[in-house]
Amino acid sequence: MATIPTTASGIAAAIASKQISAREVIDSYLAQITARESDIHAFNLVTADAARAHADAIDADIAAGRPIGPLAGVPIAIKDNLCTHGVETTCSSKILEGWKPPYDATVVSRLRDAGAIMVGKTNLDEFAMGSSTENSAFGPTRNPLDTSRVPGGSSGGSAAAVAAGFAPVSLGSDTGGSIRQPAAMCGVVGVKPTYGLVSRYGLCAYASSLDQVGPFATTVADAALITEAIAGHDAMDSTSIPQPAPALVASVSQGVTGMRIGRVTDLPAGAEPEVIARLNEAFAALEAAGATIVDVTLPSLSYALTAYYLIAPAEASSNLARYDGVRYGLRVNAVDTNSMYGATRAAGFGDEVKRRIMLGTYALSAGYYDAYYGKALKVRRLISEDFERAYAQVDVILTPTSPVVAFPFGDKVDDPMAMYLCDIYTIPTNLAGHPAMSVPFGTGAHGMPVGIQVLAPALGEAPMFRVGGALENAAGGVK
Amino acid sequence: MSPSGTPISAADVAKVARLARLDIDEANVVHFTEQLAKVIGHFSDIDALDLSGVGPMTQPFPLVNVLREDIEQPCLDTDEVLAAAPSSDQRRFRVPPIIGLDD
Amino acid sequence: MTQDPLSSIIATEAQMLEGGWELIVGLEVHVELATKTKLFSGSPNHFGDEPNTNIDPVTLGLPGALPVLNKQAVELAMRIGVALNCSIQPCIFHRKNYFYPDMPKAYQISQYDIPLNIDGFLVLPSGTRIGVERAHLEEDTGKSTHVGGATGRIHGSDYSLIDFNRAGVPLVEIVSRPDIRTSEHAKEYVAELRAILEVIGASDAKMEEGSMRVDANVSVHKPGTLFGTRCEIKNVNSIRALGRAIDYEARRQIDVLDSGGTIRQETRHWDDAEGRTHTLRVKEDADDYRYFPEPDLVPLAPSAEWVQAVRDNLPMLPAARRTALSALTGYDTQSEAVIVVVERGQHDYVQAVVDAGGDAVRALIYVQQGFADAGPVPAVPAADLAKLTVLERDAKLSATQAKTVLAELVEHGGGDAAAIAATKGFEAMDTSAVEAMVDEAIAADPGAWAKYMAGDEKASGAIVGRVMKASQGKADGKIVTAIMQSRRG
Repeated sequence: MATIPTTASGIAAAIASKQISAREVIDSYLAQITARESDIHAFNLVTADAARAHADAIDADIAAGRPIGPLAGVPIAIKDNLCTHGVETTCSSKILEGWKPPYDATVVSRLRDAGAIMVGKTNLDEFAMGSSTENSAFGPTRNPLDTSRVPGGSSGGSAAAVAAGFAPVSLGSDTGGSIRQPAAMCGVVGVKPTYGLVSRYGLCAYASSLDQVGPFATTVADAALITEAIAGHDAMDSTSIPQPAPALVASVSQGVTGMRIGRVTDLPAGAEPEVIARLNEAFAALEAAGATIVDVTLPSLSYALTAYYLIAPAEASSNLARYDGVRYGLRVNAVDTNSMYGATRAAGFGDEVKRRIMLGTYALSAGYYDAYYGKALKVRRLISEDFERAYAQVDVILTPTSPVVAFPFGDKVDDPMAMYLCDIYTIPTNLAGHPAMSVPFGTGAHGMPVGIQVLAPALGEAPMFRVGGALENAAGGVK
Repeated sequence: MSPSGTPISAADVAKVARLARLDIDEANVVHFTEQLAKVIGHFSDIDALDLSGVGPMTQPFPLVNVLREDIEQPCLDTDEVLAAAPSSDQRRFRVPPIIGLDD
Repeated sequence: MTQDPLSSIIATEAQMLEGGWELIVGLEVHVELATKTKLFSGSPNHFGDEPNTNIDPVTLGLPGALPVLNKQAVELAMRIGVALNCSIQPCIFHRKNYFYPDMPKAYQISQYDIPLNIDGFLVLPSGTRIGVERAHLEEDTGKSTHVGGATGRIHGSDYSLIDFNRAGVPLVEIVSRPDIRTSEHAKEYVAELRAILEVIGASDAKMEEGSMRVDANVSVHKPGTLFGTRCEIKNVNSIRALGRAIDYEARRQIDVLDSGGTIRQETRHWDDAEGRTHTLRVKEDADDYRYFPEPDLVPLAPSAEWVQAVRDNLPMLPAARRTALSALTGYDTQSEAVIVVVERGQHDYVQAVVDAGGDAVRALIYVQQGFADAGPVPAVPAADLAKLTVLERDAKLSATQAKTVLAELVEHGGGDAAAIAATKGFEAMDTSAVEAMVDEAIAADPGAWAKYMAGDEKASGAIVGRVMKASQGKADGKIVTAIMQSRRG
């Protein structure tokens, strides 16, 4: 039996050239899941039977000479806030426990049409609200590199699945860093595309103007491959950019000669010293590879956290109002509908979700709109303008992804503000709607991985992947 | 207009919990108030900014006039949808008496 | 006709209520647009289907669903804006957040401070101009039925059942300014609005079917004082009910105020069977809708070309038709003939009769009297009717004879008027022959003639009757009367 390739592109090529069957590949990954999943809890649901059936169908297509998709046979894990027709989609919340959507998210259909095989739905912080996956109603996910530590969040399950070898690639969602930060903490690649590049249809909304779907992978090239497969205009999403998916894989090996890399001199403090050390090494590596480092300032950046924690909860308070026990999900019976709402939502939502709903409701309420939500929208514009000025001088910007390496369970659960500070470097990108990716780059405290974040302007995926590829090379190449 | 540094009170929390239809008992109201006050306290940092003349940014990517043609699309299967309902009757969603809400 | 903008808000003696009270009414009309699909998704906009069949993720508010705006809904909303003389402006959508079981997302996508159409007006047939503050787009809710209570209403029900077929249907909400001063004007406003909506193809606007819903905001005050506290009246399901509800509510408020009480601002339910309004619910905690711009939609800025195309293609509105018909026939725009013929959609037909050489006044009268059920495109060819009008105009037929021929034309869907008249032996008598008959009739009934000479108009009937009998209906009644008048001196 041939060795199972460890990358999506490798798998796709091997299957397409009949060196290996889709069934062999899926069995291998399912075996890995069986071996370690009880330690990690990356998944809310492993869809083993369906995955094998899908693999068999692909193998039959190949045998019969029928056309197959570009990702045929590639196993992929899907974050459990993406709707999968007929397959439980819970957002790791009791309020959706057991709910089976009657439709597929656009990104799910696109991946299936490309031949990718879903191995399961991954764990997350409830409704994508969190930075450690400790807010899941079904128990946390553990960091595969050190199971006493968090994998990051909110897409902790998807990051851990790739880090643990449960799938070569996975999908997550990123509203304030929920792909990039767990990618950094688990030592894998994570990408948040430009807002509007990837359809949000079928993504259970947290914050509508910030959410984006993106891939986790072990290599930058795989991340580019999956981004290509899911990106491009979707008529079902009004905020979808009216352009086809860009070609990105080619950028990964293009090198950085002549590129200008921004270093933020007024970056908010709070990063662990090892993280800063890795960042400096990253700059040095890129310089050695032919790029120029340019100092830039982003003066409004330190206000990004406040703007985010007003805008996101505000939108979330409205997006989560639909979970009312009427049409789907949990219902706690009561004598009248109004009481039913209160009892259902109290029982169905965890504390962090309740906190953000209340925060958001407060920020939008009469008398407070201007002081809170209204102001936050203006701060958002300031941040966007800061980036615009910076990108006049540089092609990309480099920062740490997370100020800290993966921390132990329980470290920050009692202090919401401390948890929110984990997103300090990732949040600005979501506010501006720009793309950003995290590339593993060495280790920090306790031997835990450090991620370097590459930020680019809107629709700047190509320069972003160029720099990502170069960083990956410098960091020791493919794992 | 209250400055963003005003800590949120237990009465405020009780009020937004009601607006958001979240049943929270008194002890938890107090607990949440402490946590939310800390978070909101942090927000006073934006009071330092001069935001006069800055327009609000509601959309990251400036699109306009996204419209679709008035053409019928396939509907969901009623049985599948009702099977997921907490309670249904006569092909409709069933809820307890609707009292205490706006009409 | 030009209308002094202030005259609509200065009550005339005739508009005041007893006791010196002035009635102030504003109307909020919700109209279901005649699109094929819903406002933000592609499931059918169709009344009367099996429950919960016209559904999709957006309609049901499923997790992950996203709205996409229906172009035809925008077109129809713009037609409404143009027809109501509004300014059309770039606009956005807002979320209005509140909980109710027929609201699938627990928020309604609507328009708040920047709506599509603003600052318009509607001129009533009777001439008063009513301001239209705005006409904006929003989505409809599902429909709930209440089971178990005695009245089918919420109070006392055991449970409720929700059908989401209607959820997401496009609505335009038309908000008038509080310029209406009488219940008659309120009814006129709704009737005229309905006619406009139908003509422009925006909606079939049927109150009884729910495709047009009217809420009335009613208050009273003494002129020279501030407007009083208003109550919103809901559940008005016909134009007639609207009039009754406003009259009742005005009376109720006046009684309260006259006896020293105050009006509580509230929503009241009109009970048509009992003929009264009552409190819907006393709200302890007014819901805060927490409006904010809808992040899942992008701004709507109709191009100048699109707006111009809507203007250019808008059909002729009832008011313009009444003016045109008035100019054509000399009849007043508020005359019953003009109003009725335009209401029936028969203005173009009357014009066609005139274009075919017909007499305008007679064409109007014939159509008013003979074409009640003929619809906008009567079967009788315009040219045929034109010829009949000319025969009467040229005194070749009396009015009575013409009426008979008209009935034949209508029955057979056309025909040769002259030939029909000849078949019936109709011919108009010349005037000297009529004079002779009048003199004979006078001689035969001197008593009636004496009364008529003395000024008793009713006595003329006896004389006219004799002449018509003697002439076998061929004498023209108008000519007989004219002769009698000249004999009287």
